[in-house]
Amino acid sequence: MLALQILIDGFAISALYALGATGFTLIFGVSGVLNLSHGAIMVAAAVAAWAAASVLHLDTYSGALVGVAVALIMAFATYFAVVKPIQNSRRIPNEEKEIFVLTGTLLWGIMIQELIAYFFTNNAKTVLPIVEGVVNIVGVRTPRNEIFTAIVCCLVIGLLWLLVNRTRTGKAVLAASMNPRGVTLLGLELNRIYVVVWGIYGTLAGIAGVLLGMFLGVSSYSVGPLTASAFSIVVLGGLGSVSGSLIAAFVVGYLETLTAYLVSPAYRTIPALLLLVIVMYIRPQGLLGRR
Amino acid sequence: MAGFFTSRLFFISLACVVIAATLPLYVSGYILGLLTVAFYFGVFAMAWDLLFGFAGEVNFGPTFLIGVGAYTAGILNAQFGWSVYLCIVLGALASVVAGFVLALPALRVRGPYFGLTTLVAVLMLQNFIVVFADLTGGEIGLTIPDVITINAGANYWIALGFMTISAAILYGLSQSPVGLVLQASGQDPVQAGALGFNIVKHKLAAFIVSAFFSGLSGALLVFYFGTASVGTVVDVAVGVNVIVAAVLGGRRTVLGAALGAIFLIVAGEFLRPTGELATFIVSAVALLVVLFFPGGFLGAALSREARS
Repeated sequence: MLALQILIDGFAISALYALGATGFTLIFGVSGVLNLSHGAIMVAAAVAAWAAASVLHLDTYSGALVGVAVALIMAFATYFAVVKPIQNSRRIPNEEKEIFVLTGTLLWGIMIQELIAYFFTNNAKTVLPIVEGVVNIVGVRTPRNEIFTAIVCCLVIGLLWLLVNRTRTGKAVLAASMNPRGVTLLGLELNRIYVVVWGIYGTLAGIAGVLLGMFLGVSSYSVGPLTASAFSIVVLGGLGSVSGSLIAAFVVGYLETLTAYLVSPAYRTIPALLLLVIVMYIRPQGLLGRR
Repeated sequence: MAGFFTSRLFFISLACVVIAATLPLYVSGYILGLLTVAFYFGVFAMAWDLLFGFAGEVNFGPTFLIGVGAYTAGILNAQFGWSVYLCIVLGALASVVAGFVLALPALRVRGPYFGLTTLVAVLMLQNFIVVFADLTGGEIGLTIPDVITINAGANYWIALGFMTISAAILYGLSQSPVGLVLQASGQDPVQAGALGFNIVKHKLAAFIVSAFFSGLSGALLVFYFGTASVGTVVDVAVGVNVIVAAVLGGRRTVLGAALGAIFLIVAGEFLRPTGELATFIVSAVALLVVLFFPGGFLGAALSREARS
């Protein structure tokens, strides 16, 4: 009974983590950028969906679409206003661009967070779920929304897999993550690939943000923890490895759920962090990472 | 090094310190309190700059070192009632040990992986403080029975003196042959190693020095506040501020980091009337500096002087 409960709850939260972390790791794999405004973009998507439903009185589907659209715009804004100028800057030495991108996206994330707090307050917001009600799975009462979340996450990740492995654009993205210079030599425009990747990232972060808003609710305080959790999942899986971060998302999701149910919700994040530290010492490139 | 004592930078710094030292004679306690915090913060930023600007190690968790120093000093004082000065020294030593532990993975991994390890270290520390709430005061914070002094002017002078001495030592170190080796090993470890320098030893030393000053400053800060809390010395947001201060003031300048820290704290206070938008404005200004003046305040000024 409890085991089944943990299995179901853990699956939903893990799937959500996986969706959030996939886009994050994709960007790193292709362009070497760690986007620290990730949490802010997710929260912006959720808050936009919430505002569309409760301020503009749109239905839940349109609200969710608004949320994803906002995340997409934010992702492009992050790329064109912050990341690209730093990457193209001639005044910043190449070996320091990494820290500048990190600092820049971090500041950008704080700006988004503060604007959300200013216009929509710090209160937690729960987006109205698209499907409501509760079903009984072999004695475990499960909200339909939780099942919906898990299904959507799996579907989107499946679609992403198809996109990357079966389409021409996706293959170009994959190639860029393996060897950027080789891709340029084949006559593909690297800048266009980056734009595509940021577009994919924005869509994924938007869907993850809106689903999170329906499932757990968000506030401007969730920005930091969301970025941190995406960060630790991606590191655990190996930076830039999509399959690695999928596995890591499930490891972290189930570890957290197990701890919350069996020990205490207060210690929820500790085992995952401990695991992360151990992995960093023994296998710094992560579970499936390349060095 | 000898040229420094006749350089314009030296006279400007000297003038700044002298003017700052006379402030308690004519400004209010409120401004003194603000600057006291800013000075301790300046030491955090300078210690961080030694690691990043010279050793080339991106430490995302300056607050791990600061927090260990601050909490060790605070807990020893609260639990055993040991004297303030002993606690401060022990806090700094604990921080050195923490710096040593943090340096171990840094010598194994490079680039973003090391940065991530340091970030995880902060999250771990934060969790431990919350879990061992009996000892640490948890999320509410630890109340410390003793303070150094309650006189605003004396506190201000202690902070100013501490920052000046730290700045002199850290700047001197960065300009010394050791600093040069550090800079070389940060930029090209293989070549620096091939030239016969022991990179591991130099980086470890940089970590220990950085940790010592971070911890010392953290311990002094909690004895100024009379409390230690996650929000003031451990939170990732505090660490972010330290990094922003160093980049804003000009990385690889050490002194610029202190300038950036003072700017951040004072600007945050000036913008208080704008309410919740204050953080937004400070972040926006910092982002603009990062994008358009990547050298920071002091970097821009120094390069102009070098050109003329």
